[in-house]
Amino acid sequence: MKNLDRRSFLKVAAAGVSASTLGASQVKGAEIKLDENRIGVLVDTAVCVGCRLCEWACRTAHHLPTDALETYADDSVFKEFRRPDKTALTVVNEFENEKNPLLPIHVKTQCMHCEKPACVSACIVGALTKNQDGSVVWDGDKCIGCRYCMVACQFQIPTYDYDVSIDPQIRKCDFCEDRRKEGLLPACVNICPNEALIFGKRCDVLKIAKERIKRKPEVYVNHIYGENEIGGTSWMYIASKDFDKLKMATLGSSPAPGISEAIQHGIFAYFVPPVTLYTLLGTFMWVLKRRKEKSPEEIGDTKKEVIEEKKDEKGEEL
Amino acid sequence: MNPEPVKHKFLTPGVFILIVLALNGLVFLAIRFIWGLGAVTNLDNYTPWGLWIGVDVGAGVALAAGGFTSAALGHIIHREHYHAIVRPALLTAMLGYTFVAFAVMVDIGRFYYIWHPLIMWNGNSALFEVGICVMIYLTVLYIEFLPIVCERFMGRVNLPGFLKAFNKPVDKLLTVLNSALGKTMFIFIIAGVVLSTLHQSSLGTLMVIAGQKMHPLWQTPVLPLLFLLSAIAVGFPMIIFESLIAARSFKMKPEMHILSKLGGMVAPILGVYFAFKIGDLFISEDFKYLMKFDTNAFMYFGECVLTLTAFFMFLSRRVLNSPLLLFIASTLVIAGVLLNRINNFIVAYNPFFDPNTYFPSFGEISVTVGCIAMLVLAYRFIVLNFPVISQEKS
Repeated sequence: MKNLDRRSFLKVAAAGVSASTLGASQVKGAEIKLDENRIGVLVDTAVCVGCRLCEWACRTAHHLPTDALETYADDSVFKEFRRPDKTALTVVNEFENEKNPLLPIHVKTQCMHCEKPACVSACIVGALTKNQDGSVVWDGDKCIGCRYCMVACQFQIPTYDYDVSIDPQIRKCDFCEDRRKEGLLPACVNICPNEALIFGKRCDVLKIAKERIKRKPEVYVNHIYGENEIGGTSWMYIASKDFDKLKMATLGSSPAPGISEAIQHGIFAYFVPPVTLYTLLGTFMWVLKRRKEKSPEEIGDTKKEVIEEKKDEKGEEL
Repeated sequence: MNPEPVKHKFLTPGVFILIVLALNGLVFLAIRFIWGLGAVTNLDNYTPWGLWIGVDVGAGVALAAGGFTSAALGHIIHREHYHAIVRPALLTAMLGYTFVAFAVMVDIGRFYYIWHPLIMWNGNSALFEVGICVMIYLTVLYIEFLPIVCERFMGRVNLPGFLKAFNKPVDKLLTVLNSALGKTMFIFIIAGVVLSTLHQSSLGTLMVIAGQKMHPLWQTPVLPLLFLLSAIAVGFPMIIFESLIAARSFKMKPEMHILSKLGGMVAPILGVYFAFKIGDLFISEDFKYLMKFDTNAFMYFGECVLTLTAFFMFLSRRVLNSPLLLFIASTLVIAGVLLNRINNFIVAYNPFFDPNTYFPSFGEISVTVGCIAMLVLAYRFIVLNFPVISQEKS
């Protein structure tokens, strides 16, 4: 490095800078334009009776192992709080109803299909996609199993296969992508005997939710869970009890990936900050090197060592 | 004072213990790769990241920061005085990042797809940025280390058997490579520093997206800055720590004339880091959580006590001139940053309605300890065989 003249330094440095700017145009956060008619589901927990047919239908539709349909009438499973796992993309939990103890509240849990999903923003390889129709789906051909989506998801929905080493799956509700392609309703919505699940355009579903609350203010709390939570979700809930008492996290209305993406894009704004830093450091290095080569005795504390080192080293020391 | 392979035997009782620890880790690694993550770890759907991400990756990257801070000091700011520490620091960084990459491979579920981020890009993802930067930086570190390999073998190439015919061409190749690297090395050195500042900070961005699942004492938008500052702050103490251990292990005289000066720079950097950390706490008014005196508050206090004690120690001249005190002060900084990473990735992560608090399993700890043992063994092997450490002629 010592025997380098100024011109070749500049030449190589320029090559380095241009190499690092390559691809700057490729890394950009692609904004998905959401369809105005994107889909949504309203879960009316006051209507749901906890029959768990949706759990059976979901397992069947996704080829997950399931017990016989009759066994789903057994309501002893409600004794413990359950979450989706590798065997179930959706589960129903039961909560006490203080207003009417004979009619406990049932809450179905599945992926909320966020309007601005944290998992999609977080995924290292873009294995999770937000579709125009509103659904959020996972691509097993890309996924590396890092589980960052699980860290990012505010609803703690994606689950992981901890028991296999080869081809472990990230599992979550896919809004029955395959069924909808054939013009069918999502399996859970299709089977629900009480119409506790209302499928439609998100905007229509939201209207229905508002009407129901307006019509029966004595039944419902005035809160549509999912209307604004972390920027809004495709699945929305109405209930007769505060949502935090139904073990649904109290979340703000700003989109989950917001701050993280802002920082990320700030650091990487078209690669300007890294390239600037590179150039600055390069200039700095070159100026200091020249100054030192010209007159080592001017540089305060290290002059002795510099001279000594120059004597006993033969050119290269890195 | 040129670097030379250290003349010392490889096996000692300490080394034997390290080998046992490494083997123990390998057993659990085998179990992980045969039966999956669940067979070894305590991770579940609530807590997808544990010890391996928090310590092996989070703390590992921070503790390998000595590589880029010393490169900046020795080559960019051009303080030749410090050249003796550049190579050991480079070796630590190289081995440290190799260890990090290996840990990532162990932790990710579909390890055979580890190359996917190279061609599947998501510019929104902080993890993507960390992944790509670490991959490139690891390559840069290997390139920076190449001259040491060239130097070791130039003029000494002695291939066995029929390969003897290649002795000359290989030697020639090494010489050409060495001189080409010598001319272009500054590109890699600067790139190394830039890449380090990028991924050290992005590592902090990682947990920002966890939002409310992250305890407010640690969750802050300035997390990337705090990660970068703490990484810079721990760089020199880590070099001092290693240098003193190596001196003791190989029965050499500690390089106090360099280490004291290096130590002199720690207090200001540590001070800036701590000022930002506490400043953020007061601006966000999260100090109210400290009054709760729960685990989170206790762990936060722990970080502060370690960092502050080290800060005041590094201010004292007596500490800087005493190998023992300098060693203690450096250890405190390392412990403080290690605890900070554990807190950020593990303690602060409180999933909603989680029925059981995560604590790493024996298997997870074994793998982490085993990997560290392998790293130390590799370090020992390399300094015994390659010109890394400069010794004073006594």
